Amino acid sequence: MQEHDPRKDNLKETNPEGSGVSRREFLKISSISAAAVPLMGTRMVEAAGDPVKVYGPGKVPVELVVNDKKYQLQIEPRVTLLDAMRDHLEITGAKRVCDRAECGACTVILDGKAVYACSVLAIEAQGKPITTIESLMQDDELHPIQQAFVDNDGSQCGFCTSGFVLATKAFLDKYPNPIAEEIRRGMSGNLCRCGTYHGIQLAIAQVARKGA
Amino acid sequence: MPDYSWPDAEHRALIGKRISRVDSPFKVSGRAKYTYDYHAPEMLFGKVVRSPYAKAKIVSIDTSAAEKLPGVKAVQIIQKPGASVQWAGDDIVAVAAVDESTAEDAARLIMVKYQPLPYEVSDAEPPAGAGESAGPMSGDDIDDAIGNQLPDRQFVEYLQQHGVSFKVEEDDLKEWKGDGLSEAVIDAIRKAQYHEVKGGGHSPYQKAAAQTMGEPDKAFSEADVVSEGVYGSPVITHCCLEPHGSVSEWPSKDQLFVHMSTQGVSGIAGQMAEPLGVPAANVRVHQDNMGGGFGSKFSPDRWGIAAAQLSKKAGGKGVRIMLERDAELEVAGCRPSAYARVKVAAKKDGTITGWQSQSWGTGGPGGGGMPPIPYVFSIPNRHLEHTAIRNNIGPARAWRAPNHPQAAVITMGALDDLAAKLNMDPVELWLKNLDIAGPRKENYREELGIASELMGWKDKWRSRGQNVSGNIARGLGLSIHTWGGRGHASDCDFSIYPDRSVDIKLATQDIGTGTRTTIVIVAAETLGLPIEAINLSIGDTQYPPSGGSGGSTTPGGVSSSTRRGAVDAREALFEKVAPALNAKPEELECVDGMVRVKGDSSRSLTWKQACAKLGAMPITVRGKNPDRTKPPDLTNSGVGGVGMADVEVDMETGVVKVKKMVAVQDCGLIIDLKMAESSCYGALIMGISYALFEEKVMDRTTGRMLNPNMEFYRLAGLSDIPELVVHMMTGKGYDERGVIGLGEPPVISPGAAIANAVANAIGARVSFLPLTPDRVLAALQQKAGA
Repeated sequence: MQEHDPRKDNLKETNPEGSGVSRREFLKISSISAAAVPLMGTRMVEAAGDPVKVYGPGKVPVELVVNDKKYQLQIEPRVTLLDAMRDHLEITGAKRVCDRAECGACTVILDGKAVYACSVLAIEAQGKPITTIESLMQDDELHPIQQAFVDNDGSQCGFCTSGFVLATKAFLDKYPNPIAEEIRRGMSGNLCRCGTYHGIQLAIAQVARKGA
Repeated sequence: MPDYSWPDAEHRALIGKRISRVDSPFKVSGRAKYTYDYHAPEMLFGKVVRSPYAKAKIVSIDTSAAEKLPGVKAVQIIQKPGASVQWAGDDIVAVAAVDESTAEDAARLIMVKYQPLPYEVSDAEPPAGAGESAGPMSGDDIDDAIGNQLPDRQFVEYLQQHGVSFKVEEDDLKEWKGDGLSEAVIDAIRKAQYHEVKGGGHSPYQKAAAQTMGEPDKAFSEADVVSEGVYGSPVITHCCLEPHGSVSEWPSKDQLFVHMSTQGVSGIAGQMAEPLGVPAANVRVHQDNMGGGFGSKFSPDRWGIAAAQLSKKAGGKGVRIMLERDAELEVAGCRPSAYARVKVAAKKDGTITGWQSQSWGTGGPGGGGMPPIPYVFSIPNRHLEHTAIRNNIGPARAWRAPNHPQAAVITMGALDDLAAKLNMDPVELWLKNLDIAGPRKENYREELGIASELMGWKDKWRSRGQNVSGNIARGLGLSIHTWGGRGHASDCDFSIYPDRSVDIKLATQDIGTGTRTTIVIVAAETLGLPIEAINLSIGDTQYPPSGGSGGSTTPGGVSSSTRRGAVDAREALFEKVAPALNAKPEELECVDGMVRVKGDSSRSLTWKQACAKLGAMPITVRGKNPDRTKPPDLTNSGVGGVGMADVEVDMETGVVKVKKMVAVQDCGLIIDLKMAESSCYGALIMGISYALFEEKVMDRTTGRMLNPNMEFYRLAGLSDIPELVVHMMTGKGYDERGVIGLGEPPVISPGAAIANAVANAIGARVSFLPLTPDRVLAALQQKAGA
């Protein structure tokens, strides 16, 4: 445990404002903090030779900015961004399916990047803009990507759909004119059980042609 | 008598067109609410303690530490000490707490002691001469059967056939009744014959009675060609994206309100009433949207009952239990496996004359039945033997087209091997034998022709192993299938209001198959209105009952009840409107938002003006399917379909890539062509998934499932999807048959077609799905060594 871990440097670099704690790291640290004096809120402890910001144990204040709206929460540090939104804010468009970054049904856009909300801790999402499926419609009008999903029947039971729509948005923002092979690769982070991929491929092609 | 029959093609404004789903805008924007999204006021979160053992007796349960944990509001023991656990992951205790984290902590504090027992999780071929358990039932056997949730019918049949090995006491019966055993089974135990106990332990094998038709021995001795092979499909899971589960609350002491993820809203109340001791009329079940069921969501399940019990203990506050992903895969759905050693006899010209099979498979603790083999083709001379394996992998549930995909893999695989042995194009062999393909044989002939065109079969097809370039082998395969799909019982309340609004209420459910859209299309067509003019409420037991969505029975059921309701309501409206148009009611029609004298636009009222003639009171009628007093029938049974696959196999890595799939399908009168095609596209994709990736892998060392997650229980992803071509059969010969369900049939053939295409490509049979690289390489190696 004394060895230098280069991954942590990366974390610090990419998340200068964050706690520097991934969900995996958190599990490691929580065993340390359990032995520390139980105080509410955050404090610094030494973990694997480095100072790390620690939350909890118990509930801590968390502030999230979802779809341009600020929310104040009192939740345990172990609560994921997904569960914080679904169970505490009742923002339920992102779905809990695999709960371990395998299926993409919980996709949200965090700081401009599509992420699996089941694998981001809520404490880690503080101070960054979070965009969910709920914000895509403008003035009761479907976003062109949403309209393309409707036109091409890109949903059946619909439980994967919000994740797919947001993943499509993040993908097309980055690759506005994808070829078929790019769509296949770029959209392979989301899974559907009903088999709506055919409609989804057509929907993405439709938006790519027209522009979103 | 009103004419309910479907309008003919010239008079259809909506039916059969490509119409977007009415609920899609809600699903693409996250506004569609599912059971998992429902948040009751001050809702509590439930967690379930599950057995780590595949088979065990519960010795003791200590919940005291959990009960003392701050935030814990209720604890409910699901299976008491002494009960026998029959699969890993089985529910033992449920706990409810103020948040999910606390519920998880509480579950960890519950101490359950088990006495582990020997278990069986394999479904390998039974050894020759294996013993079987067909003896009388002991008291423990009955306990086991209760634990296994053995269906009543099987339970009673077994007792009638084999009797019991103990003297039945009324006290025992009372106790079993307390465990939830039905009167029918109690009665069967009471009447069961007493037999002396045979010595020896139990065998997992249960042999079904052998079936013989015609003269199989003669057929084989006179055959020009006999082809042999082994074929099969493993146990797979449903892997619903929205897991099984519910939120239950008690608005008052004897009123239960349940939000449940279910395929059968109308059937849930009755299943919850008895175990909870509340009249079914006091149980309200609600569901807006459902995230996938595929046959596995018809029961409230033990965890559903537990959520309601926890809620009651917690003073009625809503309690949510939605299964975690591992539990969803371990306990909430498994499709039985089916394997067979098959011999087929044929003449030189390809005429099939005989079939012989020894099949086996498991559906978990209940064993399970033989798949319908030989499938589609009723081969005249046949001999069938089947052994069911009763093991501890968890109970089977219906999986989209129960038993048919497995039967197709076995049958179509055997026929494909026969074609290869005869050096015959499989399309020719299938066509040659259509005379024995049942009532849909002419449809198959037409569909095989169309599918061959769409696949480019004639140009692409080569004999086995003859289309290889470098490491890459290309091949084609096909399969045909059938299904029933007649509409289930369905009631709806159909209302027309004086302000022109139209309202339909029924307790059906839209499980992603487009039920809402189907209903509003039929209603709008019947009243000559746009679909936006129809208000529809479904998914609540406050509305008239409608059947569960299983076996492709919903489209026929709801379209028939809606059509009857709409026609009756329209006739009632005509009665009120006729005087204003100086016409008789029977001279009127609804077209383009008007009520008018047939064919005469000059004598018409707008829909709004017509409804205003109702005065103060709305019209409300009950539409019913079936209604045998009113011909003609609007739904029908029996469809045919063809699946074809074009694959590429890398013979160095064993990786199979599907390059193209074709589905040609009939389903009577199509209500919405866009949704019908989607159903087929989805089925092809699901077929690719179970053909190449899916298997519930059981560990013999621990008795547990090795891949209860979505990383190692792999579903096909977007990058696995090739060119897909779907052709729906419509028009004369199809439309007039009425509405027939489409959920099951197109998912039946893809697995068999892909397996056959791989055999065609590599020149060797990969016996069992999924067609993973290791299996492909093993088949190649065996071929090289042969």
